[in-house]
Amino acid sequence: MSTTAVVERENFEELFEALRARGYESVGPTVRDSTIVYDHIETVADLPVGWTDIQEAGTYRLVRRKDEALFGYVIGPHSFKKYLFPPRHTLFTLEKTSEGVKLVDAGDPVPQYAFIGMRPCELAAMSIQDRVFGEGPFFDTEYLRRRQQVFVVAVNCVETGGTCFCTSMGTGPKALEGFDLSVTELLGDAGHRFLIEAGSPLGEEVLADLPHRAAESGEVADAERLLEQAEGAMGRSLDTGGIKELLVGNPEHPRWERVGEQCLTCTNCTMVCPTCFCATVEDTQSLDGATAERVRRWDSCFTTEFSYIHGGSLRPSAAARYRQWMTHKLASWIDQFGTSGCVGCGRCITWCPVGIDITKIAAAIRASEEKKHALA
Amino acid sequence: MASHTMPTAKPKLGVFKFASCDGCQLSLLDCEDELLAVAGAVDIANFPEASRAVEEGPYDLALVEGSITTPHDAERVIEVRRQSKFLISIGACATAGGIQALRNWKDVDDFTRVVYATPEYISTLDRSTPISVHVEVDFELRGCPISKTQLLELVAAFLQGRRPNIPTYSVCVECKGRGTPCVMVSHGTPCLGPVTQAGCGAICPAYNRGCYGCFGPMESPNTAALGHWWERQLDVPVPDLVDAFRGFNAYAEAFRTASDDYELRESRD
Repeated sequence: MSTTAVVERENFEELFEALRARGYESVGPTVRDSTIVYDHIETVADLPVGWTDIQEAGTYRLVRRKDEALFGYVIGPHSFKKYLFPPRHTLFTLEKTSEGVKLVDAGDPVPQYAFIGMRPCELAAMSIQDRVFGEGPFFDTEYLRRRQQVFVVAVNCVETGGTCFCTSMGTGPKALEGFDLSVTELLGDAGHRFLIEAGSPLGEEVLADLPHRAAESGEVADAERLLEQAEGAMGRSLDTGGIKELLVGNPEHPRWERVGEQCLTCTNCTMVCPTCFCATVEDTQSLDGATAERVRRWDSCFTTEFSYIHGGSLRPSAAARYRQWMTHKLASWIDQFGTSGCVGCGRCITWCPVGIDITKIAAAIRASEEKKHALA
Repeated sequence: MASHTMPTAKPKLGVFKFASCDGCQLSLLDCEDELLAVAGAVDIANFPEASRAVEEGPYDLALVEGSITTPHDAERVIEVRRQSKFLISIGACATAGGIQALRNWKDVDDFTRVVYATPEYISTLDRSTPISVHVEVDFELRGCPISKTQLLELVAAFLQGRRPNIPTYSVCVECKGRGTPCVMVSHGTPCLGPVTQAGCGAICPAYNRGCYGCFGPMESPNTAALGHWWERQLDVPVPDLVDAFRGFNAYAEAFRTASDDYELRESRD
């Protein structure tokens, strides 16, 4: 859409100013509780300046970098999902009045969010949720009224995490679409600066507010080289060839039982997943019965209640629940929404308290399938 | 002609105490803002902690706190059940035997000899057991102490004849809901959250502490897998694993068998 601009580090602060001037509330990465979470941010100083994260299955550690990079980490336990599809949300309340029951639509004002530092995998996840919530036959108005006004500042990944596999899922490490601005951070002898591309007219407008110059061809080449390196440095990989048939064709694979022995059914993988969209509604009433409230909250296919029908849960074992989640995510999601439900962010691997690795399970099932064919 | 619609009398509530610290029944008094609403909705007929005025049974709703530790209490709880249409046991003592269930692994006579000048006056059982071991219980409200929000929800659900919204999933759901990063993953702090039932609002991890298991085992607790990770990845020694599962809910089945397994391991090592 436009040529690449360069904004120097000392002028990057102006991005926050330009967004604030347009009424946006910036949310993005910041350090809290030994991790990088997403929260309200006001200035560059709120970003995880000079921090990085080291991730492996079941472990995450925040460590100092040798430089003062603003985006020198990968992703943390939060995803931007929580702003568009809140963990808990009142849909409406009912009040008993002398004229009958009055419905009070919660319809609370929604902030106009600017998502700062959205990674390409997260952008892909949002596009998947756009499909789930916004492309019918049923529309989720709560999601849409939040989503429609979001301004996206994507940040390309020049470094990769230990559990990342976006290359396998075709979602990164460079954001190709769906952003208003996309940023690639450059450090080194030539100075700390950002290559910025606008992806929308609004993005161009915001970019015009920042002191910038046109990128030199060397700078663009540097960024391309870094992104290419990142592409080859993913901590994990997942072979997606025929994955749907592979998983759907192996419902009784012994690996499911093994993962069931390890799985805590704690729901962490589904809660940190940026595409998991399951929710349930709860109705409560005040003690005197004068008011009632309907709340929607995140649910998970790892709970007993999730598949409870009269008489019991359809998926009583951990093995059955893990199989359901993974098969939906990587296989039946394709039938349902036309894409994989996985973007390769690796959160389910890092944030599983016992380090269960979706890529290893897929690889194990594939390996035994290949062995079977080799013997046949 | 007598009307058969809408009984005018409010449901009678009784609060009964067995072996406990009183903390759970105090959560009812702690309701403060909501206490008037409770008093408006039910007739608080028997609640010695709140009022000396005691009405005779039967009661429509009984809240039973504490575990059964004496022969006298074992008889008294049967009478409470007889007097109550709907009986809810509240708190870790009433639902699992409480911290005093640690006696279940020891010889109680050793304690009475050490503690009391005249141990022969002491009439006690050698086990501390939950209410459900002695009488049928209509609902068990977990926690050490219980959550007042859950208690109010339970009373409201009882009054309105609906199912209470009291989840049985793990504490992790509450951590994630409030945005608390996992303490095990982010700094290697052992946490019982993945095997513990939600209800407290995930307080401890929000203060960078591991969960102590105050609400007892969640619906499908995989204590073996969690213990394995603590041991192998977080370097938790086996005796500490025994202690971790032997807390306020030590005698709840899943935690009991976990601590027994590790104790057996300890004796072999």
